[in-house]
Amino acid sequence: MSIAGTDIKTEEKYISLFKDNLGHLNVITSEEVANEREAGIRIFEEKGIPNRKVENYKYTNLNPQFERDYACDFEHEVFNQNLSEVFNCNVEDLDAITVYLINGWYYRKNQVSESLPKGVLMGSFAEFSKSHPDIFKAHYNKYAKNEEDSLVALNTAFAQDGFFLYIPKGVVVEKPIQIVNIMKSSEDFMAFPRNLVVLEENAQAKIMVCEHTLSDNKFLVNGVTEAYIDKNAVFDLYSIQNQHNLTTNISSVFIKQKQNSNILTHNLTLHTGVTRNNVYVHMDDEHCESKVYGLFVSDKSQHVDNFSFIDHAKPNCYSEELFKGVLDDTATGAFAGKIMVRPDAQKTNAFQKNDNLLLTDTAKMNTKPMLEIYADDVKCSHGATVGQLDEKSMFYLRSRGIGKDEARILLMYAFAYEVVEKIRVEAVREQIRGLVEQVFRGELNKCNSCALCGQDASGKGYTCM
Amino acid sequence: MLEIKNLHAKIDDKEILRGINLTIKPGEVHAIMGPNGSGKSTLSSVLAGSEVFEVSEGSATFYGKDLLEMPAEDRAREGLFYSFQYPVEIPGVSMVNFMRTAVNEHRKYNNEKPYSASEFLKLMREKKKLVEIDSNLTNRSVNEGFSGGEKKKNEIFQMAMLQPKISILDETDSGLDIDALRIVANGVNKLKSEDNATVVITHYQRLLDYIVPDYVHVLYKGRIVMSAGKELALELEEKGYDWIKKQFED
Repeated sequence: MSIAGTDIKTEEKYISLFKDNLGHLNVITSEEVANEREAGIRIFEEKGIPNRKVENYKYTNLNPQFERDYACDFEHEVFNQNLSEVFNCNVEDLDAITVYLINGWYYRKNQVSESLPKGVLMGSFAEFSKSHPDIFKAHYNKYAKNEEDSLVALNTAFAQDGFFLYIPKGVVVEKPIQIVNIMKSSEDFMAFPRNLVVLEENAQAKIMVCEHTLSDNKFLVNGVTEAYIDKNAVFDLYSIQNQHNLTTNISSVFIKQKQNSNILTHNLTLHTGVTRNNVYVHMDDEHCESKVYGLFVSDKSQHVDNFSFIDHAKPNCYSEELFKGVLDDTATGAFAGKIMVRPDAQKTNAFQKNDNLLLTDTAKMNTKPMLEIYADDVKCSHGATVGQLDEKSMFYLRSRGIGKDEARILLMYAFAYEVVEKIRVEAVREQIRGLVEQVFRGELNKCNSCALCGQDASGKGYTCM
Repeated sequence: MLEIKNLHAKIDDKEILRGINLTIKPGEVHAIMGPNGSGKSTLSSVLAGSEVFEVSEGSATFYGKDLLEMPAEDRAREGLFYSFQYPVEIPGVSMVNFMRTAVNEHRKYNNEKPYSASEFLKLMREKKKLVEIDSNLTNRSVNEGFSGGEKKKNEIFQMAMLQPKISILDETDSGLDIDALRIVANGVNKLKSEDNATVVITHYQRLLDYIVPDYVHVLYKGRIVMSAGKELALELEEKGYDWIKKQFED
């Protein structure tokens, strides 16, 4: 059988899954969501699962992950356990408004804090699609680039639930909103969470998404988040991944910005199997500011691929990107970042940087910064580095009596420090500082958050933190 | 305390130290002088445990223990301090965290309890005063953005914190103006006792006006070619190194 033949077979599996379940898919979602499905599955059918020939997926071949068989939950069997008994997030003691998703489904027992300001809507994507069709009509699937990425289109075809957040004009949610997504199943499992965030004019919100796995199954998560950030609004999205290495996590974020708005995204991949993060920022008005950051720390055979597309469509916008990676053992990583400066976008300031630290000869990193400039009065820069721990710094620390291991940890942390400090919510920054240091020490508290760690994992071929 | 015998070291097959013999006792101050390229810095970094150089022959013992067998961190914990000619900037590692780790690793090595945060901060305050280091320097990352003088003061501050038995100061005076030089020298003098020794490596005599040596050695082409009292430094200042070069040309 030819390779092409195998590819077709994998995709057909998803297409027939779609056809067989279309009825279920539409039961809980509104027309606005249902109407987008056919186009989504068509794009997927046409383009197929991205292989290495697709430029934007050159360093991440997801075909093996999609070839496997996974169970799905299109009817959402209710998660009966009391969540607080089985799970405590590592980012604990954070003064936040916390809600849970289970396998991408909004947990129906969530108690939405009464401290949320008036007019704020937060809850299940599916439920709000029915109760607030006008918002979905205006924003749903308007920013996700289905045609650019067949996996985004696949999400649109299967989208049912996730979180929904709406902040009305002028409202500031001061506490961070923490969204904990837990993957838990008794068999190998896949999910297509779909989230929608709308910040009206002059609104502010900060979201922290924590991704976890709670059972030792293979998981495939293909999630999409769309965010519309209106004039003068401020939005932060911190995404913290701490999943075991049987997980494949594909996360695509699409942000549309209007005048004077200010956004920050930060992808912190602390542990995973295979991760692909896509961040698309569309600065569709003047004087927008966007900060796009990422940090990943990988060991063993983990793979992390960060892709970003910053679209300077209008003049006088500012963007800043910084991605850092620390790779140990035989971990592999990739970064591709594109800055597009459209002909109209004079006085653009756009800066991009990707720095990577390889701790072994067998770890591997591919990095590809890209600038495409069609305006003539702009200030742009990009750069990428791949290096090892600095021998001179190492000797300096050791000459003060600091042992080799401890010196390594200090230097790894020093490398990551710059990007951790970019977190602009102080409470979150404090938490992440601690978490990252724990990762470098190999001490991240496992047992609370991970079902695997209580067991003898060594013989089973998987690892977690 | 420190006994160096016939020490040879090379880098990329180029022999830089060609048979150093030197004995240092507690309470002594030794100055090692010599023209550029004579091996002064190589000698100090070999003693500190740099892996850039390969020791091909000879021995160095510190209180009877084989120094050359020890990794750099153990030499430090045994009480050897090396003040860098060019201290390294390490952005992202705070001075406080760095020093606390270093001090507590020393204590662990000596089976002592690690300092608590408040004990440590108290110690740091005392030592900062002693060496006249600006208090906000310790709030920053290690040497990051420090001026040349600040970096050297920071070396002496670290020396004060770690309380070594022997300190090797590698060109601590280079690039320092006279005021900074005085502060650095004062710090060194205050830390001096009957139990510890200091090795001052310098190109110029000026530092030795402030840190007065008991012995002056001249290093040339990887060997100590002359040893005398402090008057030798003055002679070198006056006559330069040419007369030595002539005398010991191979």
